[in-house]
Amino acid sequence: MGIEHSRFIGQSVERVEDAALLSGRGRYIDDLGHKPGTLHAAILRSPHAHADILGTDAEAARALPGVVAVLTGHDLADVAGPLVPALRAAVDARAIAVDRVRYVGEPVAVVVAQDRYVAEDGCDLIEVEYRARPAVVDPLAALAEDAPVLHEGVGRNLVSDRAFRYGDPEAAFAQAPHTLSVTVRYPRNTGSPMETYGVVAEYDPSDDSYDLLANFQGPFSIHAVVARALKVPGNRLRLRTPPDSGGSFGVKQGVAPYAVLICAAARKVGRPVKWIEDRMEHLAASVSATNRVTTLTAAFDGEGRIAALDWDQVEDCGATLRAPEPATLYRMHGNMSGAYAIRHVRIRNRVVVTNKTPTGLVRGFGGPQVYYPLERLVQRIAATLGLDPLDVIRRNLIPADAFPYRTATGALYDSGDYQRALGEAVRDGGLDALRRRREAARAEGRLYGIGFTAAVEPSVSNMGYITTVLTAAERAKAGPKNGAQATATITLDPVGSVTVQVASVPQGQGHRTVLAQVVADVFGIPLDQVRVTADLDTAKDAWSIASGNYSSRFAAAVAGVAHQAATRLRDRLALVAAAQINVRADDLVFAGGRVASRTNPDAALPFARVAATSHWSPGLVPDEAGSVIRETAFWTPPELTAPDEGDAVNSSLCHGFIFDFCGVEVDRATGRLVIDRYVSMHDCGRILHPGMVEGQVRGGFAQALGAAVYEELAYGEDGAFLSGTFADYLLPTATEIPDLVVLHVESPSPFTPLGAKGVGEGNCMSTPVCLANAVADALGIDAIDLPLTPAKLAALSARGDEPAPPQGRAAQAHARPGDRTMRGEGEARVAAAPEAVWAMLLDPAVLTSVIPGAHGVRKLSDTHFRADVTLGVGPVKGRYKADITLSDLDPPRAATLSGTVTGALGNGGGSGRITLTPDARGGTRIGYAYEASVGGKVAAVGGRLLDGAARVIIGGFFSALARRAGGEARPGLLRRLLARLGISA
Amino acid sequence: MPRLNAAQRHEVAFTLNGAPARVEVEPRTLLTDALRHGLGMTGTHVGCEHGACGACTITIDGMPARACLTLAVAVEGCDLRTVEGLAPEPGRLGVLQAAFRRHHALQCGFCTAGILMSLDAYLRHRPHATRDDLTDVIGGHLCRCTGYAPIIAAAVEAAALLRGEPTEETPTYA
Repeated sequence: MGIEHSRFIGQSVERVEDAALLSGRGRYIDDLGHKPGTLHAAILRSPHAHADILGTDAEAARALPGVVAVLTGHDLADVAGPLVPALRAAVDARAIAVDRVRYVGEPVAVVVAQDRYVAEDGCDLIEVEYRARPAVVDPLAALAEDAPVLHEGVGRNLVSDRAFRYGDPEAAFAQAPHTLSVTVRYPRNTGSPMETYGVVAEYDPSDDSYDLLANFQGPFSIHAVVARALKVPGNRLRLRTPPDSGGSFGVKQGVAPYAVLICAAARKVGRPVKWIEDRMEHLAASVSATNRVTTLTAAFDGEGRIAALDWDQVEDCGATLRAPEPATLYRMHGNMSGAYAIRHVRIRNRVVVTNKTPTGLVRGFGGPQVYYPLERLVQRIAATLGLDPLDVIRRNLIPADAFPYRTATGALYDSGDYQRALGEAVRDGGLDALRRRREAARAEGRLYGIGFTAAVEPSVSNMGYITTVLTAAERAKAGPKNGAQATATITLDPVGSVTVQVASVPQGQGHRTVLAQVVADVFGIPLDQVRVTADLDTAKDAWSIASGNYSSRFAAAVAGVAHQAATRLRDRLALVAAAQINVRADDLVFAGGRVASRTNPDAALPFARVAATSHWSPGLVPDEAGSVIRETAFWTPPELTAPDEGDAVNSSLCHGFIFDFCGVEVDRATGRLVIDRYVSMHDCGRILHPGMVEGQVRGGFAQALGAAVYEELAYGEDGAFLSGTFADYLLPTATEIPDLVVLHVESPSPFTPLGAKGVGEGNCMSTPVCLANAVADALGIDAIDLPLTPAKLAALSARGDEPAPPQGRAAQAHARPGDRTMRGEGEARVAAAPEAVWAMLLDPAVLTSVIPGAHGVRKLSDTHFRADVTLGVGPVKGRYKADITLSDLDPPRAATLSGTVTGALGNGGGSGRITLTPDARGGTRIGYAYEASVGGKVAAVGGRLLDGAARVIIGGFFSALARRAGGEARPGLLRRLLARLGISA
Repeated sequence: MPRLNAAQRHEVAFTLNGAPARVEVEPRTLLTDALRHGLGMTGTHVGCEHGACGACTITIDGMPARACLTLAVAVEGCDLRTVEGLAPEPGRLGVLQAAFRRHHALQCGFCTAGILMSLDAYLRHRPHATRDDLTDVIGGHLCRCTGYAPIIAAAVEAAALLRGEPTEETPTYA
């Protein structure tokens, strides 16, 4: 099989998608009209990382004109069950909280209204009473005996603990001259597509069915999970995807729980319901990649040859295990030795839950978490032995004559010549010049380093790999899972034009263009005679569980099966044409829009006429051709077998190769990372469209740069989410992208119809660690974790020479990372005597006038006050209820003031000690010291401003008190500056 | 400035891509929502609703503006252009749009409209923009697919073509 007349494959033809997208004619989910009467949903989310829901008062919201319904987890429980993951742990995996919240951003109520604005008004009017529980954020802390437990049904936060052994790792470690370990804490980040989630759902009670439109990306195994959660058979859940999708990068797999939620809401209100996620919801609660703590140990000889690896991975899946997790942990299971010939491997995989957003697929899923420790370790081995890292990489690479190569953990690497790729990259990428630049920079005392990474990029996931999390006995009981069904349908219409339908659900990758290239080449017709649809309707189109757009399966699997379907149709069209022009079918060639005899070019028919024959003249169609109108092909590669009894698994079908190197410089003073040059060599098999391959590499590189340097989904120790806007979660822009040299070699895959392999995820796996290796080289350090922020690099390059903080600074620096306690102290002088000040502090009328933004202070007892206050932090201004208690009274000398504030935008709490000291002039010196912390939306959005805002608010209280008492506060210089910058109460 | 009643809807009239347009909105209605859902001009996309991503960029009286940070009632009497107004005629692409297509300067296309509008406005004011200038303009937008390099290449080529110069840029991916 093959394309005889390849005109389009291999060419960077202009994309058929682009004219519409460049003219504002895209059809994304929020661009499609909806049925009259459709209602709009907004979701109220938890401001707490871990809390019990004591009650929900939605009276005011329900009374708001335009609000149709307010639905809580309890209201929806009968129609929306849990989304069951592959691993049957007793975790609560519902789409909306019932009685308990486990992460900031977890849905608590859905307001359904006539329009989105009113729905959001409704959210603001709901009052939820919470009782906070201790939260656990760190995956290792979650394993502790006394850690707060998220799911009592499990009894602990460890939901899976599996050990694996391949080869004879114990003997290899016992015999090895050297061993070395690295420990890595890989942080959280996400794909952050520019379009957020969207769902439109309708329920038809007459046949108990759902019609669901969602910008879901697959895998469609999740269709079964959603149908089960909604308690309907698969054929009662019609899932459609919009024609265009604004990016996904794995993340839009995570729309599934919202599909359940909005379907359930639509059923309750009896009308169609539409929900479009906003960006703050997306950052807080869509999908995060897993964070992981890994300790990796190698056994190796004096030349750096690695005999064995010992992996200890603790995977943090967030608040619940959501299907398809723990996919991120097991996706790489066959690839745990990377690009290296290492025969002995030991692995311990633990999965824990913590009070953070549930995780899911993010471009490269599992790859970055594996290659970071593996390639850091290779660099450390070189440094320890005093070898060139490039030599250590070379010595361990799988030899070119070993393919197809079975790894220790079960993957079957299809093809490659890693040494050649590395050699060409070193030569064409200019490594020697880079080394000279490093030498020159170092001679000037600059911090310059070079990093390397070799990585195998798996693509086309085996649908059975996730079952490696089960024991062999559990798998035997459940039945083997494996394969990766791809499908394409090609239809010939009555005028002989060609339509291709695939279940690939692209989010910008240009599938329609490449499929038109593939099919036009098979039929020998112009590109514009082929029209492709790639959106999916599960009620009408061919699909299977592996359908969708993930694990870089398009070029290898979907384009391949389209080629198979077209070839089958072509071979039957040849029979039709042969009968009409009296030649043998195998003498026919399809080219130039004609079906012609090779030996007698005059014997020919237009393609369109042959293609239309079965519609108009079935009598002319020979029996053996059948009806040549439509062909649906399914293809699953035989190499994708189920995990064996020894837990070896061929987790992916194709294995591309990447070799990266880069030169970077770290600015000693500012910690700024400057990437001097980055070279990325790829072997992704046969290239179908060079422009799109380039686009995947460059796009993946930019995302990887973000993950390495700029982006982190950050949490406080209390579980508060701290990166809720694009001003906090920083995506790289055009001005941050360095020069990138992309190189290719081609080792076609023998396992795929067109020889292509995946290419979209590789740089997300290779680039973060390549940059880290370069930074480690530049700074001469052993351990470094992501992200490589200027603050971190400045601290590392200063090596303890950090300058002392400026004099008189009021607030202390954070004691530990993640500790968001704000601390401050200050002093004010008032003209009144301590006794008078003391009386003022206990007087509601005085407090109303001096508490910044207070609307009214109610005195519940001598020492207990309540107030409504309006506070602004940066762009977020909101109303809060404040509850203030005075304790440890020592009239008129000292008191402790403790308080909490709660509101729709967040919550906070803190306490401060106030001391009143008489001064020589009959006045009082008021001293204060406080500790406070803030959570909820205000922490996620205004986190950068909180310290300053707290100082201003608290300082404002005392200066107002001083004014009231006829004195004058002494604000610090910092506070005056902040006030001038507009950070005010 | 007239005071508007928050409880009422108000008619706003402006020029949209050269033609008169009217839409009825609440005082709080964002311009993005008025354009997309009030007038069906869905080419302007909403990516963040806090002014950071730039997907919703249009021009108001010739200047680029974030439609998500603009109230619809504020554009009474203004001259608005959106991505739908860029092409010279249906089925044909303008110079900048065609350069984007040649250079594969878009993948999912969601951010593209805003980038086109920013570049279009900038090149009208500064036809002699350099590569660095154009990179800075594109730096005001977030694109998650392309890695920006092909967008910059397309912008540089379009600028040269609009000046009537022979282009030195070969398509990034020949």
